Amino acid sequence: MVNRVSKDMKAKIIRCAMTLAAFAVVSVAQASGGGSPLHDKAGNDVADIASLQRGAKNYVNYCLGCHSMQYVRFNRLGEDLGLTDEQLQSNLMFTADKTQEPMSIAMPPKSAEAWFGQTPPDLSLISRSKGTDYLYNFLRGFYIDESKATGVNNLVLQGASMPHVLWELQGMRRAIFDEVEVSAGQTRMEFSGFEQVTKGKLNEAEYDQFVRDLVNFLDYAGSPEQLERTHLGIWVIIFLLVFLLFAYLLKVEYWKDVE
Amino acid sequence: MSNVETQSRGAQFLGWIDARFPLSKMFKEHMSEYYAGKNFNFWYVFGVLAIVVLVIQLITGIFLTMNYKPSAADAFASVEYIMRDVEWGWLIRYMHSTGASAFFIVVYLHMFRAMLYGSYKKPRELLWLIGMVIYVALMAEGFLGYLLPWGQMSYWGAQVIVSLFGAFPYIGEPLVEWIRGDFYISDITLNRFFALHVIAVPLALVMLVVVHILALHETGSNNPDGIEIKENKVDGIPVDGIPFHPYYSVKDVVAIIIFLILFAAVVFFAPEMGGYFLEHANFEPANSLKTPEHIAPVWYYTPFYAILRAVPDKLTGVLLMFGAIAVLFLLPWLDRCKVKSIRYRGWTYKFAVGCFAISFLALGWLGLQPAEGVYTTLARIFTAIYFGFFILMPFYTAREKTKPVPDRLVYHK
Amino acid sequence: MSADEGLNRRHFLTVATTAIGGVGVALTAVPFLASWKPSARAQAAGAPVEVDISKLEDGGLLRVEWRGKPVWIVKRTSAMLDRLANATNDLRDPESDVSDQPEYAKNEVRSLKPEILVLVANCTHLGCVPTDRFEVAPADLGADWVGGFFCPCHGSKFDLAGRVFAGVPAPTNLSVPPYRFLSDNTILVGDDSGAEA
Repeated sequence: MVNRVSKDMKAKIIRCAMTLAAFAVVSVAQASGGGSPLHDKAGNDVADIASLQRGAKNYVNYCLGCHSMQYVRFNRLGEDLGLTDEQLQSNLMFTADKTQEPMSIAMPPKSAEAWFGQTPPDLSLISRSKGTDYLYNFLRGFYIDESKATGVNNLVLQGASMPHVLWELQGMRRAIFDEVEVSAGQTRMEFSGFEQVTKGKLNEAEYDQFVRDLVNFLDYAGSPEQLERTHLGIWVIIFLLVFLLFAYLLKVEYWKDVE
Repeated sequence: MSNVETQSRGAQFLGWIDARFPLSKMFKEHMSEYYAGKNFNFWYVFGVLAIVVLVIQLITGIFLTMNYKPSAADAFASVEYIMRDVEWGWLIRYMHSTGASAFFIVVYLHMFRAMLYGSYKKPRELLWLIGMVIYVALMAEGFLGYLLPWGQMSYWGAQVIVSLFGAFPYIGEPLVEWIRGDFYISDITLNRFFALHVIAVPLALVMLVVVHILALHETGSNNPDGIEIKENKVDGIPVDGIPFHPYYSVKDVVAIIIFLILFAAVVFFAPEMGGYFLEHANFEPANSLKTPEHIAPVWYYTPFYAILRAVPDKLTGVLLMFGAIAVLFLLPWLDRCKVKSIRYRGWTYKFAVGCFAISFLALGWLGLQPAEGVYTTLARIFTAIYFGFFILMPFYTAREKTKPVPDRLVYHK
Repeated sequence: MSADEGLNRRHFLTVATTAIGGVGVALTAVPFLASWKPSARAQAAGAPVEVDISKLEDGGLLRVEWRGKPVWIVKRTSAMLDRLANATNDLRDPESDVSDQPEYAKNEVRSLKPEILVLVANCTHLGCVPTDRFEVAPADLGADWVGGFFCPCHGSKFDLAGRVFAGVPAPTNLSVPPYRFLSDNTILVGDDSGAEA
């Protein structure tokens, strides 16, 4: 009896172990993130409505000039963030008349290409394609680089064509690179820290929170249904567990017949 | 034989139907008097789970088609329309995307069961072949469907896979152009992939599944001991058999609910599954001028992708990749052992199946990594093991040290 | 457990499991059926239309579109309103009993304010858009014609309140959509929340 179980299970156990090992290796590989020296976690909480409201305001004030969110409608935003039509109109709606409209920008695509080299991408789904940690570090990764047209570069995306829109809040910083030996005779420039050149309106902790709220808003905008989804999911699983209980008792009852 | 007047109304209605359509006859033949071994274990639920997933995909697919626009200009936006503007659209979409991955998990486990218990051996070779055709159709269905969201990975994945056909000498390039219907993956390609994904292949899949079940019922099901229960009958009923209905219908309901719990957990809490079920790059609209850093197919194709990339020559890689699927068709004839179930087979086969399973998983993981350095070396090693399992099989199964197969099914309450 | 108890338990469990399963199927059907409701895009496109009538002249007609339908806004003069009372005997539904209009338009002038008429411009016969014929006694419509709407498709006639005449194919008066005044010069067609009768 024990033999039979082990023979059937052996292949299964080996497979399970391999799958788990494979996933473990993959997750480690992904966590080490390639390239960027900034590895902080965004640490945002999509259930924090106050943070989302601040983030929405941050977005409208600093980002919506160039980056549309063509799939986000203002009235849906109002519903999900607990804002009235009046609050939407006075705080967030500078580029649209009606609350049913999506968050679009006034800048024509051709002008955008002429000014920035490419049209600033729509950000409705940026949190799903790049991830919140990437975005959090990107917005905190700008540094002075006189060789660039914008006067800045970014640790997370080298050669980014985006200017440091939030420079007034963070201030301007230089990035310090140390020469590090990689192997015999070979060296590489490694990032070792920032040097604050001009002060911003916010200190570091306040700026991080500003960015966190903004990234939180981007997280929400990427999948606006996520809070409703997870709440409903709990009920679905509870229902299925109750169903499972009865189905299992039914099965055991019928299988009493089988010798 | 009861008098019509003494029958209940339900029985009378059933009688009216039965005189015109073999309803009760089919129910008896395929459910209440279809006998299967009483010892079915965990490995035997995946057939019915595959049917459940097929139904989920058909229903959610139909509802997606109500709002999806199959044009290059509108496809991506129409998916976001479904996710945000259509009531409950997000749920329908996530069920369909999760269902696609669930389909392959279920089907791979279903196929592995056949390898454990010899379900592909005589008299079930045709059953195995029909199943293999279903598998190939399923892979086609997944590939066609993946282009439809028109994201970066949709576009570039299709670009890579379609261009593989260009490896064939002479006919290659014209073939690729014929598949695309254009000189590059375009709106025209998208529209025809849509037609194939929504109508042609689903129709074929449903018909194949019916044929698959008919073939199964003709020979009767195998079981974990690999014993033919029909060889031991009393009063025309296999002594080791139990009717599918009610015993396996009731047991399968339990399995289906457990599956639905796992399915719901993914749909409601982790629909992207870390980027494996819904790839991150696909949340960017397709851009023919910008290639993503890593182009990898969805996880369920990666074993074959790894085999393709293991070979430096394009044509050989393509042939080996297709060969890795083709060799599965030959399984009933490569396996020379008369004993069906792994429970009574020799250690050589057990070791070989273990190696096959490990190599399949390893190749799957390698298909997701960049094709360079140690990954390529490993891919070559595991490709060799994968093919070795099949090519050497006639030899290591010819004189297997099998255990005696019992006369009666081993069943413990 | 006796055989009877066993059967009862089996029966109970079968019914209970089936019932829960049935509830599950019904609950699962809800999102699919609900997905057919007008989406956010449909709601946006079908949203109420704000119309500025400050430039509308006496006796003038403004055409707008609401939910894919043509809508007229007419500024009736006092002369036009006087002529309304005369035709009552020739109308099929003078009290608008079987016609389609909000409560506040179920009156002789069929509108909130007498001087402003809002109508859905689809003939209630088969949907053609009637022509506006506000002139008195034109040659083709006869000396009795005091102004109204004439549908060229099958000859239905409506008065200056959109009420249908007897003896024409159209069965009911021209429909009045929900609407309200945002100000003296702005009408919101398609929304009458808080409108007074």
